[in-house]
Amino acid sequence: MRSRWTYFYFGFFLLFTFSLLFLLGDPGKVVLSLMQAVLMVSPLIATIFGVMYAYNSREFTELLLAQPISRTQLFWGQYLGLALSLSASLALGIGIPFLFYGIFRSAGIWNFSMLLVDGVVLSFLFSGLAYVIALHHENRVRGFGLAILVWLFFAVIYDGLLLLLLIGFSAYPLEYVALVGSIFNPIDLARILILLKLDISALMGYTGAVFQKFLGTGWGMGMSGLSLFVWLSLPIWWIQRMAARKDF
Amino acid sequence: MIEIKNLHKSFGSLRVLNGIDLHFSERGKISAVLGPNGSGKTTLIKCLLGMVLPDQGEILVGGQRIANRFDYRASVGYLPQIARFPENLRVGEVIALIKDIRGVETSEEALIRLFGLAPFLSKRLGALSGGTRQKVNLTLAFMYDSPLLILDEPTSGLDPVALIRLKDYIRAERDRGKTILITTHIIELVEELADEIIFLLEGNVYFRGSAQELKNRYATDDLERAIAAILDPASVPPAALPDWNCPTSEARMVPPGLAAKPI
Repeated sequence: MRSRWTYFYFGFFLLFTFSLLFLLGDPGKVVLSLMQAVLMVSPLIATIFGVMYAYNSREFTELLLAQPISRTQLFWGQYLGLALSLSASLALGIGIPFLFYGIFRSAGIWNFSMLLVDGVVLSFLFSGLAYVIALHHENRVRGFGLAILVWLFFAVIYDGLLLLLLIGFSAYPLEYVALVGSIFNPIDLARILILLKLDISALMGYTGAVFQKFLGTGWGMGMSGLSLFVWLSLPIWWIQRMAARKDF
Repeated sequence: MIEIKNLHKSFGSLRVLNGIDLHFSERGKISAVLGPNGSGKTTLIKCLLGMVLPDQGEILVGGQRIANRFDYRASVGYLPQIARFPENLRVGEVIALIKDIRGVETSEEALIRLFGLAPFLSKRLGALSGGTRQKVNLTLAFMYDSPLLILDEPTSGLDPVALIRLKDYIRAERDRGKTILITTHIIELVEELADEIIFLLEGNVYFRGSAQELKNRYATDDLERAIAAILDPASVPPAALPDWNCPTSEARMVPPGLAAKPI
């Protein structure tokens, strides 16, 4: 929490959210507008912070490893400290303006909560992935590049590839392909969760419409949410594995 | 107190430790671990601390295996080679952090006075000079009164006054019965402090004995020349080279990679 960049991150979302609420007025519309910012920016910032933190604290990690604490405790402590500080910055940056505008008296509180949960889960996931990538790669340039590539893949490239696949095989029934394809991208899953909650069919596109059609809003959200938490288990598993095997 | 048995470690195709056997049973002794770059000094120390997991062999501290354990590190004070701390923490906070982890009584006030750290306790670590950070590093290593001290390049970045105080402190700790392992490239420090030299070469213990024994072996009064002779026999006159058929108890007879030279 001492890092000034955490405060910049908090300040960015605070200013952005206040501006949207001032201009649009309706919390529901603001949630929709914030959605893209949260889905793109929070994984990116989590990735950058995760890598920077892991590399900057490497020598101090060696000192801590020489103390009478277990590796698991140490790595978990570092990861949770990072993820919680990022999530707190996001939650407060978005939450304070909504509280100021009386979100608890509005029907949009559940939409707002879903946005918050999505942002926090993506922060945990991408900071965890970046942290283990940095632990795995001694070379900082390689580690940083790989972490950014992971974000870029899930934020941009994956959807492009899926779209090409759907267009290329458009003559075939591809509903399940689209359904399964979305499960393999946590950012898409987070987006589907919010759109299903907002129940805006026009914005869902092919994948979201498929989710609604086959699973209904409740089941679609449940499946998306479950898949997202399965994604979250990936850095958790990886941290456990590195704690047992990594040489420092 | 410390037993290292048949320790092997490779990083990929590079074999760093090749069957190290070492026993440290005497208290109150300073052992200098020397060797060229890549000889395995740092890897050996890190295996001892559990930071590197050996491929083969075992290490016992206080008669108990250290594999998959971390509690034994409560009896170890470690000084890492590079004094890097979270830049946003203050000196007092990082001392409190480590105290909190250890949960034991510490003697940091005496060390803060010794190294003149009192004016820096409220300063951020990122704002300190390298020498001051090394003093913080030393305080963290010494403040627990651990029976085993492992110091990796302890004099790095220190001013002459701090250097003298550090050497006096290390001697005093030795006289109190501590086992102290030092790795350093500074031969003068080895001559001033070390009761014995453990010289690693290509992952093996090549020599273990006092500095005088090493100098006698190479018929020189200069420890630096004796060490140079180990690494590059061509750097000393042939008459000064040892009889390779007269080993010490823990040394190999012929160093790997070097041809035996007749006297």
